[in-house]
Amino acid sequence: MRYAFTQDEEDFRGEVRDWLNEQLPDDWNGIDEDSEEGWDFTRLMRGKLADKGWLTLAWPTEYGGEGASFMKQVVFNEEMAYYRCPGIDGSAIKMLGPTLMIHGSEEQRRTLLPPVARGEVEWCQGYSEPDSGSDLASLQLRVDETDDGWVVNGSKIWTSMAHRSDWIFFLGRTNQDAPKHRGISFFVADMHTPGIEVRPIVNMAGSHHFNQTIFEDVHIPKDALVGERDRGWYIGATLLDFERSGVQYSANGRRILGELAQFAKEQVGADGRSLSEDPQIRNQFAELDVDIECARLVAYEVAWMQSVGQVPNKEASASKILGTQLMQKLAKFGTELGGMYGMLGPGSEYAPIDGKYPKMQLTSVSSTIAAGTTEINKGIIASRGLGLPRG
Amino acid sequence: MDIGLSETQQLIRNSAREFLEENCDTQYVRAMEEDEVGHTDELWNQVAELGWLGLTVPEEYGGAGMSFSELAILLEETGSAMLPGPFFSTAVIGAEALKIAGSEEQKSELLSKLAEGKLKTALAFHETGASWTPESVSEMTATETEDGWILNGEKRFVQDGAAADMLIVAARTGEEAKNGITLFLVETDSANVDSRELKTTSSDRMSVMSFGEVSVPKASVLGEVNGGWDVLEKVFQYGAAGKCAEMAGAGQKMLDTTVDYVQNRVQFGRPIGSFQAIQHHAADMAIEVQAGRQLARQAAWFLGEGLDATRQVALAKAYLSESYPRVCATAHQCHGAIGYTHEYDLHLWTRRATGQRLAFGDTKLHQETLADSAGL
Ligand SMILES: Cc1cc2nc3c(=O)[nH]c(=O)nc-3n(C[C@H](O)[C@H](O)[C@H](O)COP(=O)(O)OP(=O)(O)OC[C@H]3O[C@@H](n4cnc5c(N)ncnc54)[C@H](O)[C@@H]3O)c2cc1C
Ligand SMILES: Cc1cc2nc3c(=O)[nH]c(=O)nc-3n(C[C@H](O)[C@H](O)[C@H](O)COP(=O)(O)OP(=O)(O)OC[C@H]3O[C@@H](n4cnc5c(N)ncnc54)[C@H](O)[C@@H]3O)c2cc1C
Repeated sequence: MRYAFTQDEEDFRGEVRDWLNEQLPDDWNGIDEDSEEGWDFTRLMRGKLADKGWLTLAWPTEYGGEGASFMKQVVFNEEMAYYRCPGIDGSAIKMLGPTLMIHGSEEQRRTLLPPVARGEVEWCQGYSEPDSGSDLASLQLRVDETDDGWVVNGSKIWTSMAHRSDWIFFLGRTNQDAPKHRGISFFVADMHTPGIEVRPIVNMAGSHHFNQTIFEDVHIPKDALVGERDRGWYIGATLLDFERSGVQYSANGRRILGELAQFAKEQVGADGRSLSEDPQIRNQFAELDVDIECARLVAYEVAWMQSVGQVPNKEASASKILGTQLMQKLAKFGTELGGMYGMLGPGSEYAPIDGKYPKMQLTSVSSTIAAGTTEINKGIIASRGLGLPRG
Repeated sequence: MDIGLSETQQLIRNSAREFLEENCDTQYVRAMEEDEVGHTDELWNQVAELGWLGLTVPEEYGGAGMSFSELAILLEETGSAMLPGPFFSTAVIGAEALKIAGSEEQKSELLSKLAEGKLKTALAFHETGASWTPESVSEMTATETEDGWILNGEKRFVQDGAAADMLIVAARTGEEAKNGITLFLVETDSANVDSRELKTTSSDRMSVMSFGEVSVPKASVLGEVNGGWDVLEKVFQYGAAGKCAEMAGAGQKMLDTTVDYVQNRVQFGRPIGSFQAIQHHAADMAIEVQAGRQLARQAAWFLGEGLDATRQVALAKAYLSESYPRVCATAHQCHGAIGYTHEYDLHLWTRRATGQRLAFGDTKLHQETLADSAGL
């Protein structure tokens, strides 16, 4: 047992920090990644990270990675989140890459992964459909085999970043007669293929982040299939475990708590004292501090399991629940610290901390829904994790 | 003890519900969010004709002379429908302030206009500090002259300030925190009164209003010189109780919407409402809505009966400011991704909750009142 990073890892952390301090503007405080400006900056940083060799740090060298350890990746992800530096394409780097390492063909790995490592492409995830959210296995997007490939018909929804993506990986139904889990296959497709239409969906915070992605007679080649036909469910599920683990929540939380502490020190309450002297507020800080540490250590546990070759499952679900609930609590706390000013979002006159927290209170609503709802993840913990019979 | 609604109250509720369903659907609410003025004269005039504005205005001034309990029942419905326009600022805040502190002339002139829909009011209280305490009135000054007063300063979070015909302005006229505030009735078209929009996540029509050497006559003082805080304290109680009624009604709407959705959304071959996780969410919402409604109605009843409602208002606002946003959050959780879209209506309520929980004191402020009332 050892609750500390190695000297090598700490050195690397220092190197990442120095680099980020150098690259990011002096008063850097993050950017709205959904905005056009945010997207431009994301691509800029992605290119720089790729040049540095850090974009796909943990990938094997033959696919453009550095072959770094899981823990080094953890350190890197933490610093990126703490510095609010955009650039990492989660769907490609965190999800698709590791999935192709296991289930993809050598040819697929060699053609699809290096462009990701060079920071040239954006990927999106086509899982959910209008009638298939939590019940993913009920998906209906139809994929029929043709002489020279596949033809796709149907609709995906909530596809984050589809409007900016070059590629999509998706699950489609290739067998109408088999039981629902056994008729699904995993595919990749070029988003520029004729017949793919991306319709924007504006979210309740007023941003365009996700989309409906319509497929109408979309012809894709034979080698668009990953793994075996009708066995895609199992590939898709591996990917979900990669999706759910993450240290970004606690690192982001640590940054937020620091930012709010600074605000509380500077802000004078109705009683003339600084907010940081208010016992109730001090308590809330302490409580959140504990929450952040819980999220951090459980995320480390997930990464550690991966590093020793175990497959985290209930642990990844726990990590996701702790992390996303933390985000909602922080958003609420940050908003409330502003008092009446907590109604003022980005761009509003007098908005404290750029109106970040009122906006985060809206966007964080989705965190306990996206990538598997809290209810579904609790079900996973109870049934797969604790061996309880399914309800 | 009689928890039920009287016949009159039932009538108010049913007719309000029917009217709002017909004339104030969410399409209208959305359109008004984007609208420059924020409401239509047409709906405002209809609301006036229905007698809603003067519901608690005494009959001698052209109102219906009902108690605050009846108004609170109506507010449950307007909260549920998110009625756009300065209805709350006028029928609750303006009417109560004038009833509490108005001179006979002010009441007979202004209350009757208000009840007719010809006088929209707004409260200009907050400044930089923006707390619901006397200290919030600091830089805004009123200086007495021979024939009146000169007002100078800036007010923030003036809800419905842009739509109002007349503002109730709290200005500093003395050094003592509580006994140095005077209220003034200021017409918004007076020279040197300027307004600019303060955009909020709750879309609740806040303005920043500035007053540069605005002269008003002596008769514009509402209540006693330096006696403004006593009036405000009472007005804030009505405001807080009124917001609780809105949240109680809106909470029920969130619950109904959610129950309806989870009965129709099918996953895993059955309605998601058949999953116990969802049932417990719905039950949690139902419990909080029920408790909140009782607290809100109790507070309104105490006020309506003219009893000391300090504790009852604090209990209600402390609870609903926490429970109602939680009810909204649970509604979102039960809806999944669809509820996170702009197109789906849920956020209209969720965003308003961010303003309602703050209006007339947040949880913490009312918890302080309760701690005091516990003899601490
Ligand atoms: C911001 C955001 C980004 C997203 N990005 C993507 C993306 O890039 N690609 C993609 O494919 N998808 C994406 N999604 C979709 C996401 O995966 C789904 O929203 C999620 O799986 C839930 O599905 P649903 O929204 O249809 O809700 P539903 O499945 O309809 O769930 C509604 C409610 O019912 C509950 N429920 C459902 N089944 C059960 C059960 N058996 N037991 C108990 N409770 C249950 C849920 O927990 C939830 O509370 C995104 C979603 C969001 C919000
Ligand atoms: C102090 C005390 C006094 C009592 N007095 C009396 C008395 O005077 N007369 C009398 O007849 N009985 C009495 N009881 C018994 C009481 O009614 C039972 O304990 C109660 O009905 C629960 O039954 P159980 O203890 O067998 O628990 P179980 O029914 O076995 O429940 C165990 C757990 O499973 C949960 N559970 C069970 N079914 C479901 C379901 N469908 N969905 C979700 N969760 C479920 C329960 O909520 C509980 O958490 C008393 C119990 C206590 C503790």
